[in-house]
Amino acid sequence: MIHRYSLNGYNIVLDVHSGGIHIIDDITYEVLGLVSPPMSSICSQRILDALGNRYSNQQIIEAYSELYELFEQDLLFSKDDYEQFANQMVASPVKAMCLNIAHDCNLRCEYCFASTGDFGQGRRLMDFETGKAAVDFLLEHSKGRKNLEMDFFGGEPLMNFDVVKQIVEYARSKEKEYNKNFRFTITTNGLLLTEDKMDYINKQMSNVVLSLDGRKEINDKLRKRVDGTGCYDTIVLKYKQLVDKRGHDNYYVRGTFTKHNLDFSKDVQHLNELGFDQLSVEPVVGDPSKGFAISKNDLPRIFDEYENLAQQIIESKQQGKGFNFFHFMLDLDQGPCAIKRLRGCGCGNEYVAVTPDGDIYPCHQFVGMEEWKMGTVYEGKLDFAKKDRFSKAHVYEKEKCKDCWAKFYCSGGCNANNFPLANK
Amino acid sequence: MKHIKTLNKANLKKTAAKGGCGECQASCQSACKTSCTVANQKCEK
Ligand code: SF4
Ligand code: SF4
Repeated sequence: MIHRYSLNGYNIVLDVHSGGIHIIDDITYEVLGLVSPPMSSICSQRILDALGNRYSNQQIIEAYSELYELFEQDLLFSKDDYEQFANQMVASPVKAMCLNIAHDCNLRCEYCFASTGDFGQGRRLMDFETGKAAVDFLLEHSKGRKNLEMDFFGGEPLMNFDVVKQIVEYARSKEKEYNKNFRFTITTNGLLLTEDKMDYINKQMSNVVLSLDGRKEINDKLRKRVDGTGCYDTIVLKYKQLVDKRGHDNYYVRGTFTKHNLDFSKDVQHLNELGFDQLSVEPVVGDPSKGFAISKNDLPRIFDEYENLAQQIIESKQQGKGFNFFHFMLDLDQGPCAIKRLRGCGCGNEYVAVTPDGDIYPCHQFVGMEEWKMGTVYEGKLDFAKKDRFSKAHVYEKEKCKDCWAKFYCSGGCNANNFPLANK
Repeated sequence: MKHIKTLNKANLKKTAAKGGCGECQASCQSACKTSCTVANQKCEK
């Protein structure tokens, strides 16, 4: 399988199953459009005839021969032999955990998937006992895995920061004994950041995600306090301070774009002008009946906008500035192995979310859906039938994914978003 | 080659043979988290 497209003056071919990326010239691009596997060593008369009015036979044959060479090297139309690996990692240990440390929030963002912070379960904070039980659960269920991840999430985790600190300290105190390496991350709306908290975060957290949607009017339209006022002016200053103290490393300023700002490249640009260079701005997911919801009809506009953004990034790189946009970052050589790419997030299998009461769900997006509850950190048990089901949600199990050129880049996408759409 | 330039090592198949150790970051792909899109992650090996 291949994927062939032209953008910004380049003809690009992805050979899906080898991961090969080739830049080809115009004639080769056209020849390739007429080729289907398996290739024969001789260029067919059909191809010569089809392109004969623009190129000489010799030119066409030369381009064809180079394509054939790639084919011979298994770098073009290479075989799909990954299904045999699909069951690897089925019995994975649990090694990553999202701790919903606060089911409460000091913002009332209209698009919040967590029902403005409480996940529809009432406003609650996690206590240290529950956090400790969660750490113990992870230590035990991660078995031989060394690197463990714990993300402090909410609601707004800074509303319960003392408990965050206690949990971090407790987990660190166990690292040696269990031979583990904890990596903490935190996702915050910034309102409660103080210098002390920044210093603690910068010392302990391997990554920090700072929510901000972009231009002031865009951000403040949906990211509002309880009293209806926007949060932009307060948080921008705090984020700048935190990022400066952190040496501009391992952080993301992340925003959400909605129907209201389909010109979101301007928001990305704005975030960069504020001095941030690690950026992520992503489409809203939510109730289609809401005014901010993105619909299918918006897609062409959005695709164009991503291309605009790419152009902007190229230009700013050429001026020696540049920034990272999360969803454009691909490591073409050293990315994750093919096995990892078969199932993406690992939710409900390698990764679980824990509520303030200690209930375990497949991930933060499933929290509050009673039918998906997998256990509690207090019992220390896990619903293995559910775990098994998630572990098998890989791209070779999904009819449409299997034959999609992007399968090793999207890995089947988000299970939580897929479930409501499945069987439709 | 005159018409084609290959940009990368195209080593996906090799990674399948040796991969799957599970030590790398879990990769939530949803918009709410920005933990990761799979392909921009680092392999720990
Ligand atoms: S660390 Fe590397 S080899 Fe191991 S599962 Fe992750 S990507 Fe694959
Ligand atoms: S199911 Fe979706 S939201 Fe949950 S961890 Fe996976 S990608 Fe993230």
